[in-house]
Amino acid sequence: MKFDAKIPEGPLQDKWTKAKFDLKLVNPANRRKYKIIVVGSGLAGGSAASTLAEQGFDVHCFFYQDSPRRAHSIAAQGGINAAKNYPNDGDSIWRLFYDTVKGGDYRSREANVYRLSEVSNAIMDQCVAQGIPFAREYGGQLDNRSFGGAQVSRTFYARGQTGQQLLLGAYSSYNRQVDKGNLKSYPRTEMLDIVKVDGHARGIITRNLVTGDIERHAADVVVIATGGYGNVFFLSTNAMGCNATAAWRAHRKGAGFANPCFTQIHPTCIPKASGHQSKLTLMSESLRNDGRVWVPKKAGDDRHPLEIPEDERDYYLERRYPSFGNLVPRDVASRAAKERCDAGCGVGPDMDGEQKNAVYLDFAEAIERLGKDVVEDRYGNLFQMYEMITDENPYEVPMRIFPAVHYTMGGLWVDYNLESNIPGLFVLGEANFSDHGANRLGASALMQGLADGYFVASATVPDYLARESSMKAEDKISPDHPAFLEAEGALKARIDQLLSINGDRTVDSIHKELGEIMQNHCGMDRDRVGLEKALKLIPALRNEFWSNAKVLGENESYNTSLEKAGRVADFLELAELMCKDALTREESCGGHCRAEHETPEGEAKRDDESFTHVAVWEFTGEDIAWERHQEELAYENVKLTTRSYK
Amino acid sequence: MNMNITLHVWRQKGPDAPGRMEIIQADDISPDMSFLEMLDLVNERLEAIDIESIAFDHDCREGICGMCSLVVNGIAHGPESATTVCQLHMRSFKDGDAVYIEPWRARAFPVIRDLIVDREAFERIQQAGGYVSINCGGSPDANAILVPKPEADTAMDAASCIGCGACVASCPNGSAMLFVAAKIGQFAHLPQGQPERFRRARRMVEQMETEGFGACTNHFECEASCPKEVPIKFISEMNRDFIKAVLKGE
Repeated sequence: MKFDAKIPEGPLQDKWTKAKFDLKLVNPANRRKYKIIVVGSGLAGGSAASTLAEQGFDVHCFFYQDSPRRAHSIAAQGGINAAKNYPNDGDSIWRLFYDTVKGGDYRSREANVYRLSEVSNAIMDQCVAQGIPFAREYGGQLDNRSFGGAQVSRTFYARGQTGQQLLLGAYSSYNRQVDKGNLKSYPRTEMLDIVKVDGHARGIITRNLVTGDIERHAADVVVIATGGYGNVFFLSTNAMGCNATAAWRAHRKGAGFANPCFTQIHPTCIPKASGHQSKLTLMSESLRNDGRVWVPKKAGDDRHPLEIPEDERDYYLERRYPSFGNLVPRDVASRAAKERCDAGCGVGPDMDGEQKNAVYLDFAEAIERLGKDVVEDRYGNLFQMYEMITDENPYEVPMRIFPAVHYTMGGLWVDYNLESNIPGLFVLGEANFSDHGANRLGASALMQGLADGYFVASATVPDYLARESSMKAEDKISPDHPAFLEAEGALKARIDQLLSINGDRTVDSIHKELGEIMQNHCGMDRDRVGLEKALKLIPALRNEFWSNAKVLGENESYNTSLEKAGRVADFLELAELMCKDALTREESCGGHCRAEHETPEGEAKRDDESFTHVAVWEFTGEDIAWERHQEELAYENVKLTTRSYK
Repeated sequence: MNMNITLHVWRQKGPDAPGRMEIIQADDISPDMSFLEMLDLVNERLEAIDIESIAFDHDCREGICGMCSLVVNGIAHGPESATTVCQLHMRSFKDGDAVYIEPWRARAFPVIRDLIVDREAFERIQQAGGYVSINCGGSPDANAILVPKPEADTAMDAASCIGCGACVASCPNGSAMLFVAAKIGQFAHLPQGQPERFRRARRMVEQMETEGFGACTNHFECEASCPKEVPIKFISEMNRDFIKAVLKGE
């Protein structure tokens, strides 16, 4: 199998312009004749659905929540990047591109990242026009703040709820199209398989979560925008329902899965407090604008933080990385926090003999400099949330934070047009792999989701339709086509199988065990011994699941236990692939840190000679096996250097 | 100190099935658990003895997606102010407490199962004009539209609504006016929202009435239970815009 990125010829700055001109168009009068399925209603899916509907296509959008507004994009807090250079501090499209490629530790595609930077400004124009209440200066202009991995202020925000406001903006455009009759919603509906006819994606099989009805939906093209797979770790900042099933089912039908081991561990989360915890909560990276990260200099110092004098504190990020300080990229900040905790300098309560698992994020200096009012205006809702969860007041005592699984840079492989290797299957947002390399910079996920939906897929999906699909009614694939009936039958059999295991263990307990395996062996630190161990434990756990899980109830009702079981079954396969990928990538880069490949100072050590490529995995059979392919990455505009934030 | 709590939970197999309160014991509950983590644990224990788990809506568990929707001891989202039920922690309760858990109750929110209700009515209200009519592409530079900071802040106060429906659940009239006013108010305070301002107010209010939500009679329960503290002043602003819309014939 060959993975050709189909990057347009010509200078970097002209590629997208040229590509757009070369893309084929569909006449406005004919657009209604093409049916587009979009799975997922977050920033990527919601914006793609509304924009394609605006153009006049017949769009159908599927999501598991009761409203498109509830997709997990809503939980993004800090902001969205754009290269507007409003603060006049030296930003440009080129700099945003450069920062993002460097931030990704030189494992992303230059052309994709450049396009992302190029359309970032148009995203802001669109979002402001939609009526999103961004933060403003007194003169009425937009306000900016800084995020990790950048030395300019290019992040736009709406209090600590930027994701919410951007999603509600996309949702409003979406609703306008529903109102006009161009877009149809399928709430509480989960995509459980993809259907291929003559090699092309031509539809999906869904389960209605309320009634259990299995439905066949045929279309001319399928767009998947179903987010990332962080919940493979059980504890993550993802929503409880976030899952990999849509992407995984596509992978099993032939779509390549790229760089599955690239996981982002976010440095500022509220530490785990008990064994019953269901998820971890993120504290926005924006807090690192004004908060200072520190631990006691002395290991085992368990004095109250306010009793530790200034000269006995170790502001380790400022010490190790003087030029970026507290605003180093996420992977660097996370590893540094873990390094200090491993050295015994962690803080926080004792947890059943576990190592103390937190560092301080301190606002005392900011409150003194700016006043409590300004700090409250900037971060009020985050402080409130922190207090609600921990019962501590961050205006008075420093916050305790620790890294947690947050985002997955890996995902389904796509070419420059965001089309997977299955023709007619497009993948957008976090569900694809293309823009963030081995580490994503803060405030870039919102940018990518909206770039993909508003500006890229809205041009490349019509091109596919013009090239590959027919507008003639007699050429349309019917949902009664044998391929649909076969997929439906297989799905029903799988559901029956899940319901008939009738074992002793709840699905949650198996999911938790999987999470622990992944945290221990495929988390922030990875090594050969651990990964090989995980590769034995995961298939064993998968067997345990299929022979001893307990899934109660029946298909024909609202059955949350059945829902979860299907998702965990897929996680149990994906986890194995993640470990395989991590084992094969014999280097450290970005969020992928192999203990065998570190510099003496403990920084990630890349092997550009052997690994300047995308690892793309092809699923080769029901016995759960894969073949590894490579897409070579060419760097023509950026020189590969050792990433330094010192 | 861990606690023993007696739960009284609404159980209802499906939309047309009869429902009833069931007593379920929740023992050994840590005060550091969130309310929904307590329910997770109760569900694990129920499944272990072959009883189907309690169905409830939840997703982000960070108080922002608006999915969670429980009436706890008669109060939408429970006893803490400005808190969604997913952010409520068991430290708000004490050992030996009886805790009553019910779904949102309103004519326009039929029960789907147990504690899950159907909020499609909210979707149809948003679809009736809860937007600014612009197409993607071709918008002016983001800084070409100036918005005074106080207006932007007020719009943001309104826009922070998470669409959970607590306002409806806590209103004796089952009114959705705070929810509707939040969207109308967001756009009414921004220049982008002006061209469609009155038409939007009229359409959204009329859709709200069609859906079977009650009218506001100034109980202020919605504001008190709103986890995002959306102020009730947006309702009076909405009423003014609605009347103007009717007078203008928009």
